[in-house]
Amino acid sequence: MAIGETTATGSVPTTQMSGREATAAAERRSVRKRWLLVSPALAIIGLVGIMPLAIIAVYSFLSPGPYAGISWDPTLEAWLNVFMERDIFDETLGINYAHASIVTRSFVLAFVTMILALIVGFPTAYFIATRPDKQRYLWLFIISLPFWSNLLVRTFAMMLVLRDNGYINSSLIYLNVIEKPLEIIFTNTAVGIGLTYAYLPLMVMPLYASMEKLDFRLIEAGYDLYGNRWKVLWRIVIPLVRPGIIAGCILVFIPAIGAYVTPKLLGGGKNLMVGNLIANQFGTSRDWPLGSAISLFLMLMVMVALIIYVRNVISEADKNA
Amino acid sequence: MSNPAVAVEAQGVTKIFGSGEEQVRALDNVSVTIRENEFFTLLGPSGCGKTTLLRLIAGFEHPTDGHILLHGEHIAHLPPFQRPVNTVFQNYALFPHMTVADNIGFGLEMQGMPKQDVARVVDEMLTLVRMENLGRRRTSQLSGGQQQRVALARALAPKPKVLLLDEPLSALDLKLRKEMQIELKRLQNETGITFVFVTHDQEEALTMSDRVAVMNAGNILQIGAPRTIYDHPSERFVAHFIGETNFVEAELIEIDGRNGRVQLPSGAEVPASLPDVDLSPGKVTVVIRPEHVDLVPDAGVLQGTIDNVVYFGTDTHYHLHLDDGTPFVARLQNQRDSAAAFTEGDKAGITVKDNAIQVLVD
Repeated sequence: MAIGETTATGSVPTTQMSGREATAAAERRSVRKRWLLVSPALAIIGLVGIMPLAIIAVYSFLSPGPYAGISWDPTLEAWLNVFMERDIFDETLGINYAHASIVTRSFVLAFVTMILALIVGFPTAYFIATRPDKQRYLWLFIISLPFWSNLLVRTFAMMLVLRDNGYINSSLIYLNVIEKPLEIIFTNTAVGIGLTYAYLPLMVMPLYASMEKLDFRLIEAGYDLYGNRWKVLWRIVIPLVRPGIIAGCILVFIPAIGAYVTPKLLGGGKNLMVGNLIANQFGTSRDWPLGSAISLFLMLMVMVALIIYVRNVISEADKNA
Repeated sequence: MSNPAVAVEAQGVTKIFGSGEEQVRALDNVSVTIRENEFFTLLGPSGCGKTTLLRLIAGFEHPTDGHILLHGEHIAHLPPFQRPVNTVFQNYALFPHMTVADNIGFGLEMQGMPKQDVARVVDEMLTLVRMENLGRRRTSQLSGGQQQRVALARALAPKPKVLLLDEPLSALDLKLRKEMQIELKRLQNETGITFVFVTHDQEEALTMSDRVAVMNAGNILQIGAPRTIYDHPSERFVAHFIGETNFVEAELIEIDGRNGRVQLPSGAEVPASLPDVDLSPGKVTVVIRPEHVDLVPDAGVLQGTIDNVVYFGTDTHYHLHLDDGTPFVARLQNQRDSAAAFTEGDKAGITVKDNAIQVLVD
């Protein structure tokens, strides 16, 4: 007994030491294991996320190749050309009004789309969130149904609705509301309608998600405390579903500003958006560096807008807290 | 002309939810009069319609049939925000995005009260519910009891004519619930506002109320002061739901207004109180509260055998069966160092204190 005790006491420092080493080794192993486990994800992010961006970033500082592609002459020309253009005769720099108007239009249309989607999507999401459980899934299914078909096909369908002898105009003429068809197709209005239609589900889904969590007793409490419907909406519902509103706005704004198909088909070539401008650089204009520069510029603008937006939201939340 | 002392009146109110097969009759032709400055409790098991009645008064639901009057005026058609009535919700329903002060001031602000006045009333309310200095807190930073106080202050701030309370104490632990019971009673006395309180807890109902309405299956069975409800239940359900009770089959042999005589199964004839309805002599059920009896070695008015003796500190419960097999409980107060007078298997006689036998309607 006594011998056993002595041995045990004597061996304490060594076991402690080896114990510490063993722990360290185990920790190293677990760190290695963790990296091993995340490596497929990292590889995919690197390969399909960061690599293409890096290529674009490099291209934007090179010169266009003779027949599309690039040539390896470093220059800032592409970045300069995003908003400026050289006069054909005297090479002086001037503002590229075409580009400026396209970028402006893109921001305005994306913003209008976002607001329209919010105006339409908010009551829709509220309606779904207030249905009985079983019906909700049906309504969500119906909302997401358009996503099951191709955007191109849906946009062509939208053309059928909006064109001069389309469903809207022919019904309005049939009802004697108008005599001549309204000019909708190939206008900014058509693009706005098309974008709103295309991205509405992206607004409804996050709005629904936050409304579903809304405690409807709070609305009752609002009514009980003399708030009428509008006051309860502004003072209780909107502040509480704010995360959903923000998520929905971001999800609609970002794809809308880079839209390609909708402005191409419904804008009829004269109402270009940034997406079309970029596509042109990689296509007919054969100016890959400029296309890359505009792409990155668009990304930066969206990021700045988002950062400002999120900052505001956070500071507002802090103010409340 | 309506009586000015009446705060809320429900006249033949029926509420049906759903339709067709799934139709649920939550309230069935309910009439009740709640007096001004009264602490009125709607007591009943879950699903009895008590919350529905409260929500009808608040305006969250509209009656399928019948009228609801507030101080003599019909209000059934008004939306909740046009009724001078406020609710304390079961889980408080405090606005999580507002501070305590903003919560309390919300109703006043919605009524269009100027900012400084709102701030003043909010301060008064914080003092009233003993939450001074906590106005700037967020509601999520409060304990359950504090949230309860904020909910009360928020509902009391606009000085409603009637305050509706929907099981407000059910989420609190026992000790806090006892405190809040006293607190609620104090608030009602200080503000002089009519309280309509919904609960399934009979003890809460008995301790706080001026009057209690016992509800079951969409009907009000009995309305009365807690003492009346406890001592003179008119129906089996009321007697059963409130407190512990012995039901004994008996024969009604004499009727004299609200008093009468019954013959118990043992053959003994004893005086009994009658419910407020016309009865004819014959078979009835009588109620005898366990604490209104005494056990004696001789015959008494009922005889039984003791099955079980349970010691409870303040008193001892004797579970007996009567000679005809009916279970019976007697609750005797303990004296210091007194040994139990009876043990299991003993025969015992039961004596009943005067006026302790109540005849039921059914």
